Amino acid sequence: MLWQKDRPGADLVIRGARVVDPVEGLDARIDVRIDGGTIADMAAKVDANEHRVVDADGLVLAPAFVDPHVHLRTPGREDEETVTSGTAAAAAGGYCAILAMPNTDPVVDSAATLGALAAAARQEAEVPVGFLAAITRGQRGEELTEMGELAEAGAVAFSDDGVPVSSAGLMRRALQYASSTERPLALHCEEPTLSRGGHVHEGRVAAELGFTGYPSVAESVMVARDLALAGYESGRVHVLHLSAAESVEALRRSREAGVAASGEATPHHLVLTDDAVRSLDPNVKMNPPLRAEADRQALLDAVRDGTIEAIATDHAPHAAHEKEVPFEAAPFGVTGLETAFAVLHTHLVQPGLLTLETLLERMSAGPARIFGLERPRVAKGAPANLVLLDLEREWTVGEQPFRSRSGNSWLLGSTLKGAVQMTVAGGVVAFE
Amino acid sequence: MIRLVKDDLRPPGDPPKRHLLSVAGLTRDDVERLLGTARTFETSLERHVKKLPTLKGHLIVNLFYESSTRTSSSFELAAKRLSADTLNVKSTGSSVDKGESLKDTALTLGAYDPDVIVIRHPQIGAPQFVARVTEAHVVNAGDGKHQHPTQALLDLYTLRKEVGELDGLHVAIVGDVLHSRVARSLLQAFALVGIRATLVGPPALLPRELPAETSTDIGAILDADVVYVLRMQNERMEAGANFVPSLREYTARWGITPERLRPGQKVMHPGPMNRGVEIDPRIADSPDSLITTQVRSGLVVRMAVLYDVLTGGPVGVQALAAAEVA
Repeated sequence: MLWQKDRPGADLVIRGARVVDPVEGLDARIDVRIDGGTIADMAAKVDANEHRVVDADGLVLAPAFVDPHVHLRTPGREDEETVTSGTAAAAAGGYCAILAMPNTDPVVDSAATLGALAAAARQEAEVPVGFLAAITRGQRGEELTEMGELAEAGAVAFSDDGVPVSSAGLMRRALQYASSTERPLALHCEEPTLSRGGHVHEGRVAAELGFTGYPSVAESVMVARDLALAGYESGRVHVLHLSAAESVEALRRSREAGVAASGEATPHHLVLTDDAVRSLDPNVKMNPPLRAEADRQALLDAVRDGTIEAIATDHAPHAAHEKEVPFEAAPFGVTGLETAFAVLHTHLVQPGLLTLETLLERMSAGPARIFGLERPRVAKGAPANLVLLDLEREWTVGEQPFRSRSGNSWLLGSTLKGAVQMTVAGGVVAFE
Repeated sequence: MIRLVKDDLRPPGDPPKRHLLSVAGLTRDDVERLLGTARTFETSLERHVKKLPTLKGHLIVNLFYESSTRTSSSFELAAKRLSADTLNVKSTGSSVDKGESLKDTALTLGAYDPDVIVIRHPQIGAPQFVARVTEAHVVNAGDGKHQHPTQALLDLYTLRKEVGELDGLHVAIVGDVLHSRVARSLLQAFALVGIRATLVGPPALLPRELPAETSTDIGAILDADVVYVLRMQNERMEAGANFVPSLREYTARWGITPERLRPGQKVMHPGPMNRGVEIDPRIADSPDSLITTQVRSGLVVRMAVLYDVLTGGPVGVQALAAAEVA
């Protein structure tokens, strides 16, 4: 279930855009009219009906994005992000829906905490926001949360993101019980005895710089374990922030064998490798770590062939003082909501590594499908969830202040090509 | 007087800030210049009055977040031999104990306008961080498992002095390479001057990805001209880590004993030694041990480094000129 601040739906005509909806098979230069937040007409020329008219000549209009992996830091670290600031950042990034992770303080592991977040979202959310609840109480990996009640209270899925469910036995019970709620488990796959103390992918860069390695196998053994359990229990799992080629291969094989498994990749894992760590910039420190070029290629292949159905930002805001420290002392995580489309367009679509259509699908329909959300689409009668993109505009990250409360972006100072001009989310103009 | 004129002819504007953060940032020319300057200073130390006025009026802060005998004492003495003012700050007993961040400590010390901050810190990249937030020249005196560039330079100095030509030399580095900033700096320094390195030790302590030959067989040291013994870092050997089953077993399989060396084979160690663990006391005290020379070299090499970051010139001549003024 998604929540958003209550506002009247927009009356709008978007004129002359190249309208692209890969799932609908649509790529045409047409006008789109929105009446009260619903797409009312699409044609070569539509009547303005005295609506506000947006001249979108030269722009692309597409289904707005869905981010299945965001940290809103609320409750507990409202200095880093709030529902207001996080959803405003999402709107600026072209998102019409985001899902927030439950690793807050307190952890979202009870209907009461979830209810308070839902109430805040109804007051504050600039774009529709949904919440995942924890798999285990306090994310301690010991006892299951009351998933039934949490699902009724609106939890979209369950996750202990930030930490793995270490016990295989408990993971099995979680898969069994979650099946009765028809919600997927979103899994942070990390074998802690292999990753312990690791800050950087175990490889040439870590060896040369002296960092304790966080090897690929720390992820891939857990991915393999959880996929085996999911297959055995016929459970539904979604593997969060895939980083290693071996994990991708395990996911591909399981899907071929009929396991109900999906996966996501982040912009930073699709664009950067561990080479970036040579800068010692705490803004390239994330969990899982940036890996080798072969891993990046494997992720990119999997995004292309659909093994990875979703691109997720893992938007992880951190207070400035927490990142203004030497690399090892810095927390894991980077922001991403406001730069995701632009960086992927710049580094993957522009050089011809990924088609615009595939990018749009993996940022919107893909994640919506995984989490059972209504697919954003450009179609008559559909709620207006649209993003207007200027693929030619260049901009420098950080020149304009972030809408997020945190600025720990690995792209600070980078020039990107492709910008969000307008976001219509849940029928409302959320950004322009 | 001529020096003053030369200074006046420098182009206006600040020269690029010179730091010594990593061997990776050095060229072969830099290394040769530093070793040459160190040689000049070594000559000056043979005089009756050992103090040079070279860095008079300069402030050098030694900021140590880890315990150290050799490095901290030699940096302090190096600064004093060059007539600089020194300020020694240790993490224990300072505001670091009260939870002050590295940024705030650096800004605080930076407010005294130090010319150089020498820093040792348990975290990788701390010197780079201090270089970003202060105006001082920064010298890395060891950051986590990353780098210890002055150690590598003093080892090159020692090798040249005691063994001779560096190009083509073969050095076996033995022990806990994984946790060793010394090994990382040495490998880069060796590559610059043409020394071949072989890493020898237990499998879990030899990172596969380093650019060097590796062997788990202690017999591999026999091929080397020099055996460089790394410290077995007890603090890294916490229970349950299981890099090796026990120190006893480590010593039995990789400890450097007279029986495992060729006669006359030279041995180095960055200190502090665990006698009887990675190195047999008979080796440590033998004439083939270069360990005391390493310590002596540490002083003159660190004098050269401080001089070099502050003047950034082709230094030998100026250092001598300054000595003449004295």
